[in-house]
Amino acid sequence: MHPAFSVILLTTLLGAGQGVFLALVTGQVYASIKLIEAQDASFYVGGSVITIILLISGLIASFFHLGRPERAWRAAAKWRTSWLSREVIILPALMILVAFYGLVHWLGWTNPLFIAGADALPIDASLVLGVIGAVLAFALFVSTAMIYANVEFIAEWHSPLTVANFTFLGLGSGFMLAAAYSAALGNHLVTFYGTWAVIFTVIGLVSRGASLLRNRHIKPKSNLQSAIGVRHRLITQRAQGFTGGSFNTREFFHHAPPAVLQRMRTSFLILVFPVPILLIAIAYVSQSATLPIIAFLLQYTGLIAERWLFFADAQHPQNLYYQSVA
Amino acid sequence: MTQLALVIDLNVCVGCHACVTSCKQWNTSGWAGPLVDENPYDAHPTGTFFNRVQMFEVGTFPNTELVHFPKSCLHCEEPPCVPVCPTGASYKREDNGVVLVDYDKCIGCKYCSWACPYGMRELDMQQQVMKKCTLCIDRITDPSLPEDRRKPACVLACPTSARLFGDVHDPDSEVSIAIRERGGYPLMPEWATKPSNHYLPRRKTRMHITEDDLRRADNPLRHEDITVYTGEETLDDVTW
Ligand code: SF4
Ligand code: SF4
Repeated sequence: MHPAFSVILLTTLLGAGQGVFLALVTGQVYASIKLIEAQDASFYVGGSVITIILLISGLIASFFHLGRPERAWRAAAKWRTSWLSREVIILPALMILVAFYGLVHWLGWTNPLFIAGADALPIDASLVLGVIGAVLAFALFVSTAMIYANVEFIAEWHSPLTVANFTFLGLGSGFMLAAAYSAALGNHLVTFYGTWAVIFTVIGLVSRGASLLRNRHIKPKSNLQSAIGVRHRLITQRAQGFTGGSFNTREFFHHAPPAVLQRMRTSFLILVFPVPILLIAIAYVSQSATLPIIAFLLQYTGLIAERWLFFADAQHPQNLYYQSVA
Repeated sequence: MTQLALVIDLNVCVGCHACVTSCKQWNTSGWAGPLVDENPYDAHPTGTFFNRVQMFEVGTFPNTELVHFPKSCLHCEEPPCVPVCPTGASYKREDNGVVLVDYDKCIGCKYCSWACPYGMRELDMQQQVMKKCTLCIDRITDPSLPEDRRKPACVLACPTSARLFGDVHDPDSEVSIAIRERGGYPLMPEWATKPSNHYLPRRKTRMHITEDDLRRADNPLRHEDITVYTGEETLDDVTW
């Protein structure tokens, strides 16, 4: 498949946005049961603003993928059958919830509504919004990934690993961003978020590594024999019906030499996994405020390469019909 | 239930592209506006077509055969391109099974084209909406046309009658009989798409001449044997 930059940005920005919001809510839950030190409202307000900026940037990127962005609202129609439609509904819902979450913190409506358990967990309005938002953020991970995992014709995508990759890489980059944000503010949550970022990044390495291995051994279901219905071992295309290219030759081929794919694979395997983990570890020892920020930026750059390869690796059976120009 | 479809006879298709040009002509002049063509007389011409004719060489020289392969939307009975469409622009008509795109609803997200294993959908670069074969829906449903002209443009244009059109759910239709009696097959049967269009295979035309045919054993005008008699009693000798 052709790696469209709009979709690469869309999925990586949304992933980091959902991840950083989940990090905020996780932090708030931990703080309310006094496992980590409590933060004042401005921490959550700032975090919500970062989340919304990421989600809106993703949304803007998605418009560049559409031929008719002015009609984008129509995409909410078929949520019963289409994962794309589900994503289009959940994304704005999450944005609204994050906005309210930030607003509630900003207005200081954080007096506990009631206390759950024996004096253990005070529940306030922001926590309720946060938990609903967290559910939506996970639902968004699933629907974004299912857009790809649901295309049964693209074997490289048609796997639960796709959902795992989108989720864990999104969580990894989001918690990494939360660590960077805490480092920039100079509070004590860098270690907390950094640890979670490393955990999610390692799980992401396992699942993405598994999908890379799986993709190496995929046996395509369709072949030229079944594509044109002629039983012969040797079939060569002599003409594809046109010489100048078409939608089929642009959308479904990446036209990149194997060396570029290899370079992308190596760079994402380095930039997404060992480098940020190492930087976070050094930051933990040296108490550096800049290293977590660099770790996030490098990991995000790596994720762009990861998503590029995700598309370039995908082999569509329609390519069987476009093997030779003339 | 009616399921309109094409049956394409690879045995007689000569790869002349008459179906391609007639399709383009009809569908670029209709109600949906032009089908895009960019740089048609320049380097790198490109455009949107509903129908393409490709060529595949089977075997190794000198034992080769060139198969001409017309390719257009197969109007699948279980079209995977329809449920993925977020807007409902892609749909399958209830009354005749034709799979269509509503160009006024399509947002050009290209998701349906990913979900078609055959690559039969092409995005119009100018209108930025998804296009594909409509089986000339504006011809075949037009009651003002004489009955025998209510067929897709490609079917009417084909000089070798390689393209048959009809209802594949009616067991007595021309297309159903052709599929049944001449080995009609669907493309990529490994997916659950159930294509409605079928292809008729190449067939060798062979004469079978047996020894009996050469001796003309059953010819009443055959030169009969001359029996050689060597003195034995024959019917002629019987006294009645
Ligand atoms: S051939 Fe492709 S575009 Fe046509 S109905 Fe089947 S899946 Fe859809
Ligand atoms: S490109 Fe148009 S027809 Fe295809 S899935 Fe998107 S909205 Fe539907």
